[in-house]
Amino acid sequence: MLRQASRLISRSATAASSKSVTARAFSTELPSTIDSTFVESWKKVAPNMDPPQTPSSFMKPRPSTASSIPTKLTVNFVLPYASELSWKEVDMVIIPATTGQMGVLPGHVPTIAELKPGIMSVHEGTDIKKYFVSSGFAFLHANSVADIIAVEAVPLENIDASQVQKGLADFTQKLASASTDLEKAEAQIGVEVHSAMNAALSG
Amino acid sequence: MASSAAVPFWRAAGMTYITYSNICANLVRNCLKEPFKAEALSREKVHFSISKWADGKPEKPILRSDTPGV
Repeated sequence: MLRQASRLISRSATAASSKSVTARAFSTELPSTIDSTFVESWKKVAPNMDPPQTPSSFMKPRPSTASSIPTKLTVNFVLPYASELSWKEVDMVIIPATTGQMGVLPGHVPTIAELKPGIMSVHEGTDIKKYFVSSGFAFLHANSVADIIAVEAVPLENIDASQVQKGLADFTQKLASASTDLEKAEAQIGVEVHSAMNAALSG
Repeated sequence: MASSAAVPFWRAAGMTYITYSNICANLVRNCLKEPFKAEALSREKVHFSISKWADGKPEKPILRSDTPGV
């Protein structure tokens, strides 16, 4: 299979370059012009009906990226049962991505980040609001809008330290005694989440 | 072709992301302080009944519920 790879890649590259004039637009792009020949031939066939609409005509156009970097980041922080922050303008958020704590400022590169259990902090002027996020995703868009979704997010004050310690001890013990892959994975998740909560409470 | 991406340990063990995420959320909920813990657990209660169908007729339903005795 790999023997043919270089041939296939060069073949598709040359095909793309030679046919680039007639290249088909992606179906997710909105049509820039209405095809008038189609509309006219449609009107001949069905004069009293409007030309058929396509799903893209119902979609709102993608918001344009401002030419200068906005001063504030707009954050939407949603949970399955509540909309924690809705179009709130803030200065910065720090999200617990799997690649480490990520600071998001207005004008951040568009990114999709998977979140690990950890602290998310929302900075607005001198106020800092911290939440412990169980896991989720953060979508950072080009227009300085951040959509952060999590299954469970709680303010740090609501976490009970003694239960965290107990849970950590329990799962460390389960990890040592686990036999199947699935048990090991579950115990490992338990250890990670409880260590993260521990670190959040003490840090 | 072997996959070159490093898979997370839970996916290597056969778990999907949703399962992983739900386990994390449950662990966090179990570590909450009292009034919040009761709220969170009551919010996440499920109660449903499943029936398999055979020959166009439903068989005996299985009831899954967090409120015992219902």
